[in-house]
Amino acid sequence: MAEGKARFGTPLKIPGWVNYALVPLVNLFAALLISGIVILIVGDNPLKALEVLLYGAFGYPEAIGYTLYYTTNFIFTGLAVAIAFHCGLFNIGAEGQAALGGIGTAIVCLYLDWLPSWAIIPIAMIAAALFGAAWAYIPAYLQAKRGSHIVITTIMFNFIAASVLTYLLVEVLINPAGQSPESRPFIEATWLPFFHDFLSMPETPLNISFLYALVLSGGFYFFVWHTRWGYEIRVVGQNETAARYAGISPSRNIILAMMISGALAGFVGINEIQGVQQRLIIDFTNEYGFVGIAVALMGRNHPVGIFLAALLFGALYQGGSELAFEMKTINKEMVIVIQGLIILFSGALEHMFRPRIEAAYRRVATWRTVEAG
Amino acid sequence: MSEQNPALELRHVNKSFGPVHANKDISLSVNRSSIHGIVGENGAGKSTLMSIVYGFYQADSGEILINGVPCQIDNPQSSIEAGIGMVHQHFMLVDTFTVLENIILGIEGGACLSKGLAAAREELIRLEKEYSLEVNVDAIVGDLPVGLRQRVEILKALYREAEILILDEPTGVLTPQEADHLFRILDTLRKQGKTVILITHKLREIMAITDNVSVMRRGEMVAHAKTSETTRDALAEMMVGRSVLLRVAKSPAKPGETLLSLRDLTYVDADNVPRLKKIDLDLKAGEILGIAGVSGNGQSELLEILGGMRTPTSGSIRYKGRELVGSKAFSARNLRKIGIGHVPEDRHRAGLVLSFSANECTILGYHDNPEYNRGLRLDRDAMVRNCETYIEKYDIRPPDAYLLASDFSGGNQQKLVLAREMEQSPDVLLVGQPTRGVDIGAIEFIHKQLIQMRDAGKAILVVSVEIDEVMSIADRIAVMFDGEIVGEVSAEEATETRLGLMMAGVRESTTPEMA
Amino acid sequence: METFHIIILLMDATFRVATPLVLAALAGMFSERAGIVDIGLEGKMLGAAFAAAAVASVSGSAWVGLGAGIMASLALSALHAYACVTHKGNQVVSGMAINIVVAGLAPTLAYAWFQMGGQTPSLGGDARFRSIDLPFSDAAREIPVFGYIYADLISGHNILVYLAAAAVPICAWILYKSRFGLRIRAVGENPHAVDTAGISVDLLRYKALAVTGFLCGISGAYLSTAHGAGFIRDMTAGKGYLALAALIFGKWRPVPTLFACLLFAFTDAVQIRLQGVELPIVGVIPVQFIQALPYILTVLLLAGFVGKAHPPKAIGTPYIKER
Repeated sequence: MAEGKARFGTPLKIPGWVNYALVPLVNLFAALLISGIVILIVGDNPLKALEVLLYGAFGYPEAIGYTLYYTTNFIFTGLAVAIAFHCGLFNIGAEGQAALGGIGTAIVCLYLDWLPSWAIIPIAMIAAALFGAAWAYIPAYLQAKRGSHIVITTIMFNFIAASVLTYLLVEVLINPAGQSPESRPFIEATWLPFFHDFLSMPETPLNISFLYALVLSGGFYFFVWHTRWGYEIRVVGQNETAARYAGISPSRNIILAMMISGALAGFVGINEIQGVQQRLIIDFTNEYGFVGIAVALMGRNHPVGIFLAALLFGALYQGGSELAFEMKTINKEMVIVIQGLIILFSGALEHMFRPRIEAAYRRVATWRTVEAG
Repeated sequence: MSEQNPALELRHVNKSFGPVHANKDISLSVNRSSIHGIVGENGAGKSTLMSIVYGFYQADSGEILINGVPCQIDNPQSSIEAGIGMVHQHFMLVDTFTVLENIILGIEGGACLSKGLAAAREELIRLEKEYSLEVNVDAIVGDLPVGLRQRVEILKALYREAEILILDEPTGVLTPQEADHLFRILDTLRKQGKTVILITHKLREIMAITDNVSVMRRGEMVAHAKTSETTRDALAEMMVGRSVLLRVAKSPAKPGETLLSLRDLTYVDADNVPRLKKIDLDLKAGEILGIAGVSGNGQSELLEILGGMRTPTSGSIRYKGRELVGSKAFSARNLRKIGIGHVPEDRHRAGLVLSFSANECTILGYHDNPEYNRGLRLDRDAMVRNCETYIEKYDIRPPDAYLLASDFSGGNQQKLVLAREMEQSPDVLLVGQPTRGVDIGAIEFIHKQLIQMRDAGKAILVVSVEIDEVMSIADRIAVMFDGEIVGEVSAEEATETRLGLMMAGVRESTTPEMA
Repeated sequence: METFHIIILLMDATFRVATPLVLAALAGMFSERAGIVDIGLEGKMLGAAFAAAAVASVSGSAWVGLGAGIMASLALSALHAYACVTHKGNQVVSGMAINIVVAGLAPTLAYAWFQMGGQTPSLGGDARFRSIDLPFSDAAREIPVFGYIYADLISGHNILVYLAAAAVPICAWILYKSRFGLRIRAVGENPHAVDTAGISVDLLRYKALAVTGFLCGISGAYLSTAHGAGFIRDMTAGKGYLALAALIFGKWRPVPTLFACLLFAFTDAVQIRLQGVELPIVGVIPVQFIQALPYILTVLLLAGFVGKAHPPKAIGTPYIKER
């Protein structure tokens, strides 16, 4: 009883590692467990699948190169979704913004390729950011000024972006020499350097945009927590009335956060279009935008967490292809199941495990203090 | 069901929310056909107790007896069946529904609506007559004024054949006349044999209408009494646990030059409802101007306009002789820069970001200031340093600049906001509900700080719905009603009756001796 | 007569495309009017399409397949309810998760069970809903205009099309004239009012989502066992989102939602007709523009340029009893 009184009004503080490491790991474990059951249902061995998956993702240099190449995309989209979350916005539109980013990059690489390499590469990057940001601007403006719900408008804009991309590839940018809806290949001066160009490693799609993604992660951290603009975005995200009270314009910050978000998503275009494909193709966004939601949720909107979550999804994408190749009853869609389950557990069901884990931690901690006393 | 049994009896009821013990060993007995008042400060546990009776929460331990029979109340459904009706502080109505639809919700009388609606209509017309509770049953609730919405709530309970009616702070949103009308209705109910429980923190209401009264303090039931055998002062003392400091000691104000002057200030909101109608006000250096009024009469809008959160529709605001309306300076950010500080009415909604640490909250609104910025970078060291200074100076507990704002108590949160606004030493300080939800110790501290600031030659505008608070700290009192200033008196001339009349919209005729 | 014939053909195609949209949009209406955002319509449809096709191909009965589709959709709806109602999770995230899980799970299971590269076997005979000729349709065809419309437009659809048509007035009645509907509308506007009226908010929302699951199940089964003949990967192709757009375009009301579905389906039918056709003044309209039109229109509506949509007030926020 005495001990109960001593704790009155001061709930035991839960240390960071519980919330930032243990809880995501439990969620991940739950997702993998259900995936394992699915693999059992389709008649295969889940443990063997896990082994194949891990080997496929990290087992040999080429695999690591591929894994990091996928990771790059997920860092971009994960950061994109996260900056919007910080402003209290749910950007489901990273997929469409990435598509527009690719279009921007492609237009520069196709029409400005008379420029020298050192000029065209940064211009293409800027174009990716501008196109992505512009595509995010419209839903942001409509949310900020007209109150249209951004979740719905960004979903709509994904479909519209897909139509725009198809239209451009079918009617405008199509390679006259080919039949399929894709542009002509870019000239070599526009390509991004691959890792295997300057490191002794096998040929993989991994290119310098991976390093760029890491730099952006650092910039993201600095911007969100150590500048007044990041502060403003967070205030708007947490409490819009407080923002208006503090003279922080919610609409301005909604637009700013969404444009940054769109620009970050647009960078998928440089990795995919400029780095790997070296021509504009259809469907190059490959659900990266949607997975970005999972990455941001799992990474708790922090760049370190986002990097780890992006690595996880990169490994899933790469290991998944290996899985489909190695095991006869599993195809690459299995990875999508795992992704979905991770979103389910670390997003929609985030309140399922956390209170229990926290309560368990409290019990253990109290028990320890009682023992010590 | 003997007549001797009380209508409602609680025995040893306990309820905790996590570490907060909201109700401690509460026992209570309410007589049939009586009006029973439960008084206590905000946060004393009154609403929690009644929510338990209504089945909204379950008690951790204890017994509820109705007419002497122990009753298991697990949810509102079982409470309704036991004959209990509740009128909540925030009305539990669906704005898009008609009165009729709202009333039958939950007891529709069959899967098909039309029959139930017809039957309900007849019954309601009978009830309206019996208790003189006129309201158009086909009106959309969202279009009704608050007084009528409250009637809908009462009708809802009566339609459910409630024998015990609980009203939670029913007059908070009413003008004094509307409140009087409500009391007449309650009186009728009592005469018809119903039992009424009135939860309030206003002693005037307890004295005016109740038969018996119970006093709650910090989750405990501290006294029961017959209303006729107690006094206002005695109740007040029991409520707060010691004799109330009704007046803060202060010297007479020495008003200086006029700092802020409003002329014809008008504000029409987005729904085209005029909220402020040609407000004229002057605020001088070295004085505290109190704005009294029932909440919802334009005070919030006035404060938010002066704080730059809303733009007035027309009129003029001059600060140190300079016109603000229409100028670039008129924004929350710039008003702070030119020396107008603002402690908002609701610290949770506006004054703080609850998920931020204390030190991040100390720069809210001032995050642009050079003291907090080094080039592109926010100076986190400066934030923590300043926050720690505030914590020390304002005795904020626990003294931890990294603690989340949500983990401080109400009084400490309020001090955090107050410290932030005062320490920027503004020339004009706007304060909304300075002590709402704040414990008594902090109230005294806050009042003293405000007076100290006044004595330092600053101009202070205090908006409060607590008439006692306004009378105790203000030097001049203006009363707002329906978007207008209906009267202005000096603190010495102010009496509760006079202010009460004005709060009800009764203008004082300008008699020669007042000029 | 030629134009008349084309119009009849267009309308006929419109009805076929609109059917799953109407069912899914009505499904979404129950969820959203009860205050739960449902962007998981797509996943529920896809799950139902797979389950219906898989079971129909094994059992040989379209009706058993329909039952399975409904069960699958109900299960997914229950998961949505479990996340959003029981655990107060983010409704958008939950819907998203369901869409992604199903997008992976359906082809994975199809791949493992049928070894046809993520499809189910092609359905025929009783495993598929066939078109029904309404009585006297042959005779009626002789009557000009009306008879022709009756025989070639009204008659000759499968049972699920008629079911969808009937679902609109039934759902409208339930929403506006029944106790269940009153409570659904109340809980989407002010769940506190519902709770204090002695009705369980959680149970009510579970029920609403069950209706959503039921209707979505029919919608998905229609795709694989009536409109199509078997399940193929990603066969919903955004129809769940289109239905959501129609629901918003219809301002969360049954009859306007029906017209939104018909409008969106009509643009789809027209789009196929207009490919490469030169129109007066505007010239050739790109197919992609017409495909994007429903989404553009919905954005314009949300922006308030065409009318104003008032969503249910409590939508998207989990119900938590305040202290």
